[in-house]
Amino acid sequence: MELFILQLFNGLSISSILLLVALGLAITFGLMKVINMAHGELIMIGAYATYLTQNLFLDYMPASMFNWYFVLAIPVSFAIAFAIGLVLEMGLIRFLYGRPLDSLLATWGVGLVLQQLARTIFGAPNVAVKSPAWLDGGMQIFGGTLLPYKRLFIIALVIACLVAMYVYIYRSLEGRRMRAVMQNREMAACLGVSTRRVDAMTFAIGSGIAGIAGCALTLLGPIGPSLGTYYIVDAFMVVVLGGVGKLVGTVLGATGIGMFNTLFEYWTNASLGKVLVFVCIVAFLQWKPSGLVAMRTRSLD
Amino acid sequence: MRKGLFYQFALLIVAVSMVLAGCGANNEPASSGTNAPQESSASGGSDNGEIKVGILHSQSGTMAISETSVIDAEMMAIEEINAAGGVLGKKIVPVLEDGASDWPTFAEKARKLISEDKVATVFGGWTSASRKAMLPVFEELNGLLWYPVQYEGLEASPNIFYTGATTNQQIVPSVTWLLENRGKKVYLLGSDYVFPRTANLIIKEQLKAEGGELAGEEYTPLGHTDYSTIISKIKAADPDIVYNTLNGDSNVAFFKQLKDAGITAEDMTTLSVSVAEEEIRGIGVDVLAGHLAAWNYYQTTDTPTNAKFVESYKAKYGADRVTADPIEAGYTAVYLWAAAVEKAGSTDVAAVKEAAKELEWDAPSGKVKIDGETQHIYKTVRIGEVQADGQFKELWNSGEAVKPDPFLKGYEWAASIQQ
Repeated sequence: MELFILQLFNGLSISSILLLVALGLAITFGLMKVINMAHGELIMIGAYATYLTQNLFLDYMPASMFNWYFVLAIPVSFAIAFAIGLVLEMGLIRFLYGRPLDSLLATWGVGLVLQQLARTIFGAPNVAVKSPAWLDGGMQIFGGTLLPYKRLFIIALVIACLVAMYVYIYRSLEGRRMRAVMQNREMAACLGVSTRRVDAMTFAIGSGIAGIAGCALTLLGPIGPSLGTYYIVDAFMVVVLGGVGKLVGTVLGATGIGMFNTLFEYWTNASLGKVLVFVCIVAFLQWKPSGLVAMRTRSLD
Repeated sequence: MRKGLFYQFALLIVAVSMVLAGCGANNEPASSGTNAPQESSASGGSDNGEIKVGILHSQSGTMAISETSVIDAEMMAIEEINAAGGVLGKKIVPVLEDGASDWPTFAEKARKLISEDKVATVFGGWTSASRKAMLPVFEELNGLLWYPVQYEGLEASPNIFYTGATTNQQIVPSVTWLLENRGKKVYLLGSDYVFPRTANLIIKEQLKAEGGELAGEEYTPLGHTDYSTIISKIKAADPDIVYNTLNGDSNVAFFKQLKDAGITAEDMTTLSVSVAEEEIRGIGVDVLAGHLAAWNYYQTTDTPTNAKFVESYKAKYGADRVTADPIEAGYTAVYLWAAAVEKAGSTDVAAVKEAAKELEWDAPSGKVKIDGETQHIYKTVRIGEVQADGQFKELWNSGEAVKPDPFLKGYEWAASIQQ
């Protein structure tokens, strides 16, 4: 029973990490149809931004403030990844809309450049980010089961990101313009929406969310130049399985993969578990090529 | 129509992803091999008062993390030897090549170093896969390779000198020590490739022979980042010891998540064979303090040569750099080769091999001696505990340098492994 609850929680936790990693891609790939292979590197940038924030706190702030660096690191990661996404869109992606294969190759190249850049600036070895003390330890439930605060925090962070994205896309003026452009570019342009600006903003927001994912991942995993490569495959899996263009699909996709991955890994082992998940996804996509949540019309909601 | 096309791309992405997942860590492209050619193709590695040697490690790709420091140590040894007058009165000139974390590239560059650059010897490799890729090249062209990393044993090529530990100088004594001091129930956790699987094969035989109990065995793909399920399994098995042969970034994820799950070094002993001073800096001391590792050398090892070695290394590469076992083994390799050449009076491979037999040197890790029969070196085994400053405190050492036994011939229980 205790093990069952723990595994259920682990499944939920993996789902939340997958979702966080895939949310940004759900915008750049899902909404904008850019096969963004540099998504992983934007995550890496978020992780390094967190590392830099930590170092600034260590150098310039009193030790008593150190534990709060992480609160600042989240917006900083978002801002830096946002800025780099903006530059990327304006300098490169903008010229590749409607040419998925070219954008795949170009962003793959950008990813390699960013990796090498990180290696040059920060060195090839991993860097350490010390997690804040208030995230150490965990919550005891039912006697023995311990739910780590870090994983609970990531689940909360994902929910916050989802809510913020929902409000932005479906309730704000900017979001309405964004949806208008993605649904019918010509019509939106005729009505006076600056499609260029909207494209740039949308891509930058997707990149920014990847930055937040990177920030959160420093709590659990390694921080090095090749960090992004560990997550890019999973991110695409989630978006493709969930159904391209639907936020709800991305949530379902992440939950599905996370839960099944945990289950299979527990029954078999880590390598075989992953293979089984891939097999299930491929089989599922044969049956429903458009993913869990199909987009019926050209509209997005 | 456009929509249909788009789903094809979605499927393409899945296909590409699968391939990427398959390639795992080593998806960096091979370098184009445009290193500046050395002037004139000297013959026999020694001409014009120079002796050329090859340095072949990964300067790019996933393994660059570890291998760049070994290059630094080897370059430092060459500079020191040159400053002291070189070998046979000639200067050593290093020719650097990038193996790019890609095993076929290692083989290709090794061939280039021997055939085109005519180097006298090569210092290189890190992963067993890279060594296995280079081995046939060195045997075919009768080259000489010095390999500086601890490995899974069961190999002794006449063209390779192994300056890292083989299993009876690291894994086997550490398991014995753990069984005597920390408990009998052992859980084996490793990355899913040749070194951990071979190492665990040996450990399982040893557990049977020495009264240990196997609590479980798990392998994760290289680059695996979520250990929550594995940790649940470990908790359920409740072992005394986790013997950790994970490699690379996975160690970071495993130790961070182990701490989050509320398991500390006091609750359960973990002993790692791939976590050294350099890795500690990338994982974070706060999550590693108290955990154990087995090596032949630590930065804190107390020998006269080591004090000087650490000092020069820091002076040359920065005070924040640390030395570790493979770095020391790379440094030692250069000195042993130079001593053998000096003794042989030539860089000829057969003469150097002959001269290297039973050669002794005071390495930073203590006195080492080349075993003529296996071309491995005698090394002292050390078990260390991670301290709060990121350094190791030695808990135990073997007292004397242990004779290398790559095929474990001296252990009865290993009979089934030897074929």
